Amino acid sequence: MNANALNVDLNTLRDLHLRMLRIRLFEEAAGKIFEQGKMPGFIHLYVGQEAVAAGVCAALRIDDQVGSTHRGHGHLVAKGGDLSLMMAELMGKATGYCKGRGGSMHISDLDLGMLGANGIVGAGAPIAVGAGFANKYRGNDTVSVAFFGDGSTNIGAFHEAANMAAALKLPVVFACENNEYGEYTRRDATMAITDVVERAAAYGMPGVIVDGMDAVAVYEAATEAVARARAGDGPSFIEAKTYRYYNHHGVQVLGMKYRSDDELEEAKGRDPIPLLEKRMADAGLMSPEEAQAVHDQVAADVAAAVEFAESSPFPEPDTLFDDVYTVS
Amino acid sequence: MSATDTQTRELTCGGAFNEALHQLMAEDPDIFVAGEDVGGVGGVFGGFAGLQDAHGAMRAVDTPISEQAIIGLGIGAAVTGLRPVVDLMFMDFALVSMDQIANQAAKLKYMFGGKAKLPMTITTAGGAGLSAAAQHSQSLEAMLCHVPGLKVVMPSTPHDIKGLLVASVRDDNPTIFVQNKRLFGMSGPVPEELYEIPLGQANIVREGADVTVVAYSRMLHESMAAAERLADEGIDCEVIDLRTVLPLDTETVATSARKTNRVVIVHEAVRFAGLGAEIAAEIQESCFDYLDAPVGRVGAPFTPVPFSPSLEAEYVPSPKRIAEGIRATVGRPVPGA
Repeated sequence: MNANALNVDLNTLRDLHLRMLRIRLFEEAAGKIFEQGKMPGFIHLYVGQEAVAAGVCAALRIDDQVGSTHRGHGHLVAKGGDLSLMMAELMGKATGYCKGRGGSMHISDLDLGMLGANGIVGAGAPIAVGAGFANKYRGNDTVSVAFFGDGSTNIGAFHEAANMAAALKLPVVFACENNEYGEYTRRDATMAITDVVERAAAYGMPGVIVDGMDAVAVYEAATEAVARARAGDGPSFIEAKTYRYYNHHGVQVLGMKYRSDDELEEAKGRDPIPLLEKRMADAGLMSPEEAQAVHDQVAADVAAAVEFAESSPFPEPDTLFDDVYTVS
Repeated sequence: MSATDTQTRELTCGGAFNEALHQLMAEDPDIFVAGEDVGGVGGVFGGFAGLQDAHGAMRAVDTPISEQAIIGLGIGAAVTGLRPVVDLMFMDFALVSMDQIANQAAKLKYMFGGKAKLPMTITTAGGAGLSAAAQHSQSLEAMLCHVPGLKVVMPSTPHDIKGLLVASVRDDNPTIFVQNKRLFGMSGPVPEELYEIPLGQANIVREGADVTVVAYSRMLHESMAAAERLADEGIDCEVIDLRTVLPLDTETVATSARKTNRVVIVHEAVRFAGLGAEIAAEIQESCFDYLDAPVGRVGAPFTPVPFSPSLEAEYVPSPKRIAEGIRATVGRPVPGA
């Protein structure tokens, strides 16, 4: 896989790096605010899985759609989401993406084709397939991606969506983020197969396994799957083997019963961001100083987002009834 | 509702539904239908007949038996700009797809801060009376009405089916359009042109002075039959067809209640925790001083829908049972009289 960095053009490598850093620093900041008790509700952080969202979304056009999950911040950031509107939404502010009505689990930007994070495991897949149907219906070459975790392939909605997409030959990419845990239960306790991708064959769609800690590998697999969908050849399945650094919910990392600290440290040793930075440095494509400059810029963007969110007002109570129905 | 006499013919409920879809799809290329058997065979009840021949397989889509994915197909297509009509063959199957209906379709607009638009219609068939037993006969509207964000339409005549379906499909909110299976073959006058009946507007079908009878869907007809019987006994019923149960036109009901001073609500759904309870509560809140008797309710007993014809006949409210309910409400002495 190490040679891959050289197979992708420099702009794409920089793009992957930037997308991952934006996710990482945004999520770290969100986690801190959550720990300070300044963020209401639940938070499911994407840290560790950045290569998947970055790799897939770098292979998409702005008009392509993504369906997301409860762990959805990374998908919106990778699709080009505005960090200030995102942070404000996570904090329940009136200025947020959803005017404080959705929060972490329902963050969305339809203008970017991000069809919403989703609080119900597996439920985003049928909606992404519906978007795929609309693309085929219109006869355009737009593609939709269904992001979902390994755990959601145990729920019926995923299987209905996969079969529907295959049966109707829809332009959809099924992007499985296999982080090896369904909430706090190991995958091998809930699934009798070794690789989630085995499920793709049941629906007659091609599937590949990629290293989900390698943004370039994910990008290459996604590029192929997206091209296949655009060409009208139907859906594909990508299993990206990745890892979640924080807990299913919240932040605490070490000393948990459900996984060992050693396992976590091993995964962090394969962290997607330093991996890409080292490859680019080794190939003479980005010096450590250049990488640091990107870090500093993203950190400044995130700090500005936090400042925007913290200084924004909460929604006025009398807006409670807004947006229940569309008034035409 | 601008029917002109020259263009009005007799159609069945099923025919009115089908005609509305043909005309809507001819008018708006963003409208498509999808569901089990709605394409090639035109729907198991014939409601989608001819649509695939007229508009092709992309606009009249045969789907897998996958109710969650059928609703999801509608949501994803609606939120990206199409105007889907997705079919759940039987209302009971809404329970199979309830996550997509209640957690997704109903709430996306709100959760996304108003930025999503969901112009989708879910068509389905409810009601008992065909010995279809407990999983193909239910009236589950109360469950749907408990979910903010949905609209629920329960028409009773061919005329209303066409006008309300047009309004449902053109509405920008997720709307569940429930036909009653026993009414498919019932005929009535239907204007040829496209027309809308506004959602949330009840219809006073029979004017009367003694008691307000609130019904919808098949129970409108059973209540009208009961009213005819009671007329012979000197009880003058005002019969209201709600037509839409969400939004609910409580104002029309309340205005009538203030006139007649007595209200009976009739529905085919199980009486316990049914819509009748909500309507009764609202009437008592808004019309307490006008009421001469407690608000009465007639509904199905608290059992699953039975299979055997003898049991099913006992289960579904009949004109006889409705008349008994009305008599009980009217027969109460007026306080202070």
